[in-house]
Amino acid sequence: MNAIEQAVRWLNDPLNWTNPGGILDRLGEHLSMSAAAVLLGCLVAWPLGLWLGHTGRGGGGVLLISNVSLAIPTLALLTILPLTFLGFGRPSVVVALAVFAVPPLLANAYTGVRQADPEARDAARGMGLSGGQLLRRVELPLAVPYLAAGFRTAAVQVVATAALASFVNGGGLGQIIRAGFGLDIAAGGGQIIAGGVLVAGLAVLVELLLALVERVATPRPLRRARGGGDRRAADAVTGGG
Amino acid sequence: MSLHLSYRAEPENPWFSWQYVRDNSDTILTALREHASLTARAVLIAAVVALPLAVAAYWFRSLAGPILALTGVLYTIPSLALFAFLAPYLGIGVLTVLSVVVLYALLVIVRNAVAGLNQVPPEVREAAEGMGYGRWGRLFRIELPLALPGILTGLRLATVSTVALVTVGVVVGRGGLGQLIFAGFQNNFYKAQIMTGTLLCVLLALVLDLVLAGVGRLLTPWLRGRVS
Repeated sequence: MNAIEQAVRWLNDPLNWTNPGGILDRLGEHLSMSAAAVLLGCLVAWPLGLWLGHTGRGGGGVLLISNVSLAIPTLALLTILPLTFLGFGRPSVVVALAVFAVPPLLANAYTGVRQADPEARDAARGMGLSGGQLLRRVELPLAVPYLAAGFRTAAVQVVATAALASFVNGGGLGQIIRAGFGLDIAAGGGQIIAGGVLVAGLAVLVELLLALVERVATPRPLRRARGGGDRRAADAVTGGG
Repeated sequence: MSLHLSYRAEPENPWFSWQYVRDNSDTILTALREHASLTARAVLIAAVVALPLAVAAYWFRSLAGPILALTGVLYTIPSLALFAFLAPYLGIGVLTVLSVVVLYALLVIVRNAVAGLNQVPPEVREAAEGMGYGRWGRLFRIELPLALPGILTGLRLATVSTVALVTVGVVVGRGGLGQLIFAGFQNNFYKAQIMTGTLLCVLLALVLDLVLAGVGRLLTPWLRGRVS
């Protein structure tokens, strides 16, 4: 029996879905920690990115953060954070994942505000809008497509990276793969592939779903102007390293 | 958790320790060497495969769509899932790690090389054609040199992310410095070992990035002074 047949058989066993620590449990953990991490990332990165974009300062810093974050191994953050004041458990995993959500969110929020039509900005100034009003009523709405694109990049990356939480027993679907590796490769091969299918499937699903959200969030006149992919300021970041 | 208790009981567990580095220099150097060699091999293999692909996507427009779409989908696949797909066939070992990191590096290089080639101004292309350059001559004398900045950006991004990605190789026992980090975590949360592995990882990425940036400067003398 080859590994793929084993994987199909493993996925077809209802107990593997409903057992404690089964697929449904792991899926819930995976989604809840990913959601918390993306939320935390948004709370930090969006206000900062919008404000930096509004003032036009810190562009170099935003770029630097994206580049440096590429070089930090996920494994390092996942193992270091539990030993700090955050302690073992969910909070440290969520913070570690949020760190990798920040660069795309920040870069896209910054770019979104910077790309706002200077004429629209001048017109708003001429109408007597203050700095805060300008940001809220003109720049923010114009940046929404970028915010949506950044959100999609960040969310997909967090869902992908959350699989690595299993290295520190942080739960999530990666746990299924790790458990498979814990068995012998001949015995666990099916479970390893099944876990891989689940993790990859979830990431692709989130990507497709958020691509739809991004499209809906982009006002019709802005849709044709630039193709979907172009808007991702931090597109070249890694796939969950 | 009993592990937790043993960590609490540890009286001294500093983040930085020269003592640790001195006592374990052999282990550290072995891990570093494995990490660097994995990264170098992966980026080299990826570049050798990626450049012809990028040229194919550039020459034949009908191939560009499928190639870029495929790399986009592959990019969404989490690294751990890729390990899971390959490990049962390639076994527990270095071949699996190498294949996974080569795949990711490949995607980054292809995308940036295609972008670089597409940036070549049409006037330049037409002028070259007018001067009698054939398809291959134009590629090697005009288009590839002009696309070098894009290609080098791809190589740098691929190198830096490969250094980080290799650590995930601990899942098959070949994570280079990741092995050090992971072992440090499992051995009573030995902070000095975790931190040493992490710092060396970041340092390795930084050094390789600077080396590639320097090579890029040497290869593109006409850009000097123009870029900030």
